[in-house]
Amino acid sequence: MPSTAPATALAVKPVAGNAITIRDFAFGPRVVSVKPGTTVHWSNRDSEAHTVTSDTGAFNSPVLQPGAGYSFTFTKPGTYAYHCTIHPFMTGKVVVS
Amino acid sequence: MTGNQSPHPGAGEPEITGEHGMTRRQLMRHTAWFGAAVVLTVAGGEVISHVAGDSAPAAAADSTTALRFVQVSDSHLGFKGPANLDVAATFGAAINQVNSLGFEPDFVMHSGDITHLTLASEFGQAKEMMADIKTPRVFTVPGEHDTINDRGRMYRQFFGAGTLGDGWFSFDTAGVHFISLVNTTSLDALGHLGQDQLDFVRRDVAGLSSETPIVLFSHIPLYAMYPQWGWGTSDAVTLLGMLRRFGSVTALNGHVHQVFTKTEGNVTFYSAAPTCYPLPEPGQAPAPLPVTLPAGELTSALGIRTVSFQAGTTGLALTDQRLT
Repeated sequence: MPSTAPATALAVKPVAGNAITIRDFAFGPRVVSVKPGTTVHWSNRDSEAHTVTSDTGAFNSPVLQPGAGYSFTFTKPGTYAYHCTIHPFMTGKVVVS
Repeated sequence: MTGNQSPHPGAGEPEITGEHGMTRRQLMRHTAWFGAAVVLTVAGGEVISHVAGDSAPAAAADSTTALRFVQVSDSHLGFKGPANLDVAATFGAAINQVNSLGFEPDFVMHSGDITHLTLASEFGQAKEMMADIKTPRVFTVPGEHDTINDRGRMYRQFFGAGTLGDGWFSFDTAGVHFISLVNTTSLDALGHLGQDQLDFVRRDVAGLSSETPIVLFSHIPLYAMYPQWGWGTSDAVTLLGMLRRFGSVTALNGHVHQVFTKTEGNVTFYSAAPTCYPLPEPGQAPAPLPVTLPAGELTSALGIRTVSFQAGTTGLALTDQRLT
């Protein structure tokens, strides 16, 4: 289930868009907003492998080697927090509304 | 668990609390009770142990210490990057240093991030290298790099013999109770133990005297070293609450790639040096990224740790050595 908590912990204003880049051990934009039915794409442009893993199990990428990507389609409204399981300090959110 | 092999299949097995082939007997056959005191001095920023009455630094084999073991950590086999161009070589150097201590440790604990990407090839290399360690037994706990996306399934195929759940276990030797914990298989932004493991610990310590020294192993720190970087365990407070009645609790971890010590109540926490590359001190960089040191300086940030315990005492003595 997606979290319904506001993104106050990140204190980051959502950015409209469905493209997220992984660079320098960070997801950018860190918080994106999309409409239901949108496919969000993550691109690993870092020198290290990462994952895109939902905090609640809603989605989970394989290990993304440098240059690899991952996509997920969000059908239901909610706030979806995620992290990299290899580097759990890397966090982000997708706000679907 | 399947396909597990002891790193020292010919050696006598310690007895571990576990559901996969081992009972709780202890490492007694591997431990010896000696008699001389070991004292610690600090020189050049390093804690150096000496046998009491002997002016020489000591790794001496005729020590009277009841138990000596070694902690190594964060080898990241498979890592490729400028921070360490040959992680296998530095891990091999750490193993050589263990084998050159002048005594055979009762066991060696690798406190996680054995591999970099949870690959079978990386685990296989680690297992092969660890077989060269001169000790009756090698124990491990998994790091988050050992459990990527599989809750530790691959890790346990190589290192899970005799463990419970995601890989936790306990054992006793020389009057010390050791608990090896897994806090990397269900983490979010922090490490996490989970209810099953907390229940295991509750049952595990229920029959122990409060005078029993307790040693905890985990990969991620069991204290809030720097939560902004995930350097903490979300439910560690519950764990430590169960151990509050014990006079001496020592928690040894890896993950942060630097030596660090903190005492909270009856618990003293020690983070270990890695064998691969250093990370920044907490908050001293935008993120905990591998630090590339000037040529020739890498080994000064790497190391091994020797831990000794004396009969009749409750505390443990730690010696952190830089890699040479």
